[in-house]
Amino acid sequence: MRESDPRSIAGKLVPPERHAPLVVVGAGAAGVAAAIEAARAKVEVVLIDEHPVDNDMMAMDVPLCFGQRMDGSVRNRALMLERVVETNPDLAAAHEAGVDVQLGTYVWGAFVNGPTVQELPVSMLGLADDRRSWLLGYDRLIVAAGARDVLLGFPGWERAGTLGAGGAAALLARYRALAARRIVVLGSGALGLSTAALALEHGVEVAGIVEVDGRIRGDAALAKTLADRGVPLFVSHTIQSARGRTGEIESAVLVTVSRDGTPVAGSEREIACDAVCWAVGLVPNVELLHLVGARLRFVSELGGWVPEVNARMRTSAATVFAAGDCTGFHEGMLAAPDIARAEGRTAGRAAAESLGASRAREAETRRVTAAPPADAPHAYWRTWLDSLIAADGWEVNVCQCEEVTRRELVETKPPRYLGWRSPQMSARSLTTLLRDGPLNQDQIKRLTRAGMGPCQSRRCREQVGLLLARASDTTLDRIPLPTFRPPIRPLPLNVLWPADEPAAMREEWVSWFGIPTQFSPHWTAGMAIDEPTAHTRLIMSDE
Amino acid sequence: MADMARASGASVVIVGGGVTGLSTGFWLARAGIDVLVLEKGIVGWEASGRNGGGATHVYSPFGLEEQRLWPQMDELLGYPTEYQPYRIGVALSDTQLALARRWAEIGQTRGFRWELLDRRQLKELVPIVGDNAIGGTYLHFGGHANPQRTVQAYAWAMQDHGGRIVQHTTVTGLTQLGGRVTAVETTRGSFGADTVVIAAGPQTGAFADMLGIWLPLAPARVEMIATEPIPLMRVGGVAGNGLYGRQTLRGNLVYGGGPHEWINVPDMATPDHANTPLVRNLARRLAELLPGAAHVRLIRSWSGLVENTPDGLPVVERLAHPDNVVIATMSSVGFGLSPAVGRAVSELVRFGRCQFADLGALALRRFADTPRDWREHAGWAAAPSAVEAAAGGDD
Repeated sequence: MRESDPRSIAGKLVPPERHAPLVVVGAGAAGVAAAIEAARAKVEVVLIDEHPVDNDMMAMDVPLCFGQRMDGSVRNRALMLERVVETNPDLAAAHEAGVDVQLGTYVWGAFVNGPTVQELPVSMLGLADDRRSWLLGYDRLIVAAGARDVLLGFPGWERAGTLGAGGAAALLARYRALAARRIVVLGSGALGLSTAALALEHGVEVAGIVEVDGRIRGDAALAKTLADRGVPLFVSHTIQSARGRTGEIESAVLVTVSRDGTPVAGSEREIACDAVCWAVGLVPNVELLHLVGARLRFVSELGGWVPEVNARMRTSAATVFAAGDCTGFHEGMLAAPDIARAEGRTAGRAAAESLGASRAREAETRRVTAAPPADAPHAYWRTWLDSLIAADGWEVNVCQCEEVTRRELVETKPPRYLGWRSPQMSARSLTTLLRDGPLNQDQIKRLTRAGMGPCQSRRCREQVGLLLARASDTTLDRIPLPTFRPPIRPLPLNVLWPADEPAAMREEWVSWFGIPTQFSPHWTAGMAIDEPTAHTRLIMSDE
Repeated sequence: MADMARASGASVVIVGGGVTGLSTGFWLARAGIDVLVLEKGIVGWEASGRNGGGATHVYSPFGLEEQRLWPQMDELLGYPTEYQPYRIGVALSDTQLALARRWAEIGQTRGFRWELLDRRQLKELVPIVGDNAIGGTYLHFGGHANPQRTVQAYAWAMQDHGGRIVQHTTVTGLTQLGGRVTAVETTRGSFGADTVVIAAGPQTGAFADMLGIWLPLAPARVEMIATEPIPLMRVGGVAGNGLYGRQTLRGNLVYGGGPHEWINVPDMATPDHANTPLVRNLARRLAELLPGAAHVRLIRSWSGLVENTPDGLPVVERLAHPDNVVIATMSSVGFGLSPAVGRAVSELVRFGRCQFADLGALALRRFADTPRDWREHAGWAAAPSAVEAAAGGDD
């Protein structure tokens, strides 16, 4: 018979306040299609999306890089909710189909039983809005979490106005709240050109499209259209810095790069602008997939770490499916939104069938994919990174939150605020660390603190990885994925806390194990297992 | 050939690159002894590098040495540990105040100074405590350090003194000959040794078992949370309300506490470090402890695996048979005591006894009569494996 330890977690992790047979995370094209498909198969579906995101979250560049270029209207929650609904007509269709659509809701955690956790009553998600958090149990989960921005640092990128393509698109088209009038776009692939076109469409001037490559990488016809509309195209250029008298970007300094990637002295030109937008690629959002234990693999052509999915979009975690950009993003997909919808439908149908819905009549859907471009994004990002470093970029903060420069990262220096100096420390570097074992980004994060700030490494994850790969003469696919931990959205303590707790959680709370003899003075302690000492009360407890 | 011989073994081989093994390695290397640490993953990756960092254990036989050594560790190691002295205990109830006082009084009996704080004094020292606090204690002893930085500091300092670390190498066996362990077998071959130290955390029991020795250990998972940085408080060592932890020198509030989960560690593999919704309860406890920080954002959580003996006390002993083996498990309280424990183990290796403390009470013989199914009796058994029902897919 199993005795119980009142101080253990057994029985204290209560069932979530609500349980749904199917939860879909992300109300983009894939997520909505999945939810509708499952609802049509008579499955009860909850569809969750974090937009509209509140101003404070946006200010931290979470979940996209908004670059402080939100206008005041984003504080008007009702108006933003209206716009999110209005600009995504699929949401109404989902609602019509009987899907429970929950907007403005963050998914900050996923909790499942595994090798070191056995006490969860069900698999569940941690959800929150701007006031409180709650738990939602699920039988099946479809992750359609989309993709996030990729940023690279240059002198002045801390200034307000450094955006990512995803953040810019959200502010332009969804929130209609971009506080920028004149934007420089970095990257001339499909993403860069479409970002520029979107800006023009919304009355934002495009001061230039900058391309480190010697050619426009995207569609030539679209590039010509943009040029005809007065958008300057700067191929074989990189950004040397962003300037401004205050904390705002007021201009960008561009410089020509020679064929070997080095900046050409004297070729600098300063362009007035109030925003610089990185549009060189997007990275699949795999945080939740990582938390539920779905197997991930590195596929550069798909933007980095992506879940292994079968033809029906099921991941290696039996109850979890994935669809859309979070299963892999490349620029070819921008022109083919139907792919995400098809993936979503497949996942929705597969999830419904796994819950007992009858099999659809049509033959099993094979996963349709657009052919990824020949050159992998990480090599392209690396070219950008090399040009930025060559343009005097070693002293640039790679991590804004923790103020860690590129040099400090590759030298694995302890953070500046420690003011630490010793000959021993000076002799240590990435090179010496690599003598002891293969590169591990989590270990380097702990030592340098790069990526440990409130943006949860959204602004630096890719550049930290690229830089470490560069410094250790390897490629990103050979470096283990740095871990993700809950909460995957930075939420206040008083939002995350539970309003009420089971009595046992409060009454039996101890700071450590509650073993009577553990902290007894050794000069008085008895040692027998069932012989509590007179100092039992040493164990910290409310009792 | 000398290099070959050296590469395949050492005078002292330490199984486990956690904080106990690394500190032991540091002290041995510092004494000029040829020492090698074998680690299945990365140094300090498990509980040693993911704990609260507390260094206030004056109740322990290692306590006085802990207090003596910590203020010197940065200098001794040559790398930063972020050690900070002093601790403040915050009490939200009479019971909590009694606990904080008791902790302080144990220090007093060992010659350390402390003060009782009323609410006003407490708020002066820790402006973010609330009106729910009734008072507290100020310990002019104890302290805390950064576990991640400290484990790396031990490892590097040990190397600087000529010690070696082999990571990503799992120990698979212990070869015995003539009543001694002569070699440690690993996934990367055999490492000969004159003396072997086993400091393998939750796996220590399995290694003891290979030697025919009964060491009852129960592994468990515990969780911690970290907030975004806030302005530095005068004393970062503030805890209470059932939480242990500290404000880091960066400003993050890093705290743990609450219920643990008894688990099984199935093999030598590196386990994952999953969290549970307990992170919400931890957030609540922290906001109650420091209401002035209730609006601060939580940015991380993590878990760690620790092991406990039935009485929660360490086993630190040089075995009689085989007589060249030292076993060291700190029973889930190893980080803060590590400077002292490493020194003690290094002395057990070198002299056969610890010269600064009587470790008699920490010997294994106290478990001679502990039954094999003691975990069930104590209520410390892992939950029966709840295999998640496979989804009815068709792939």
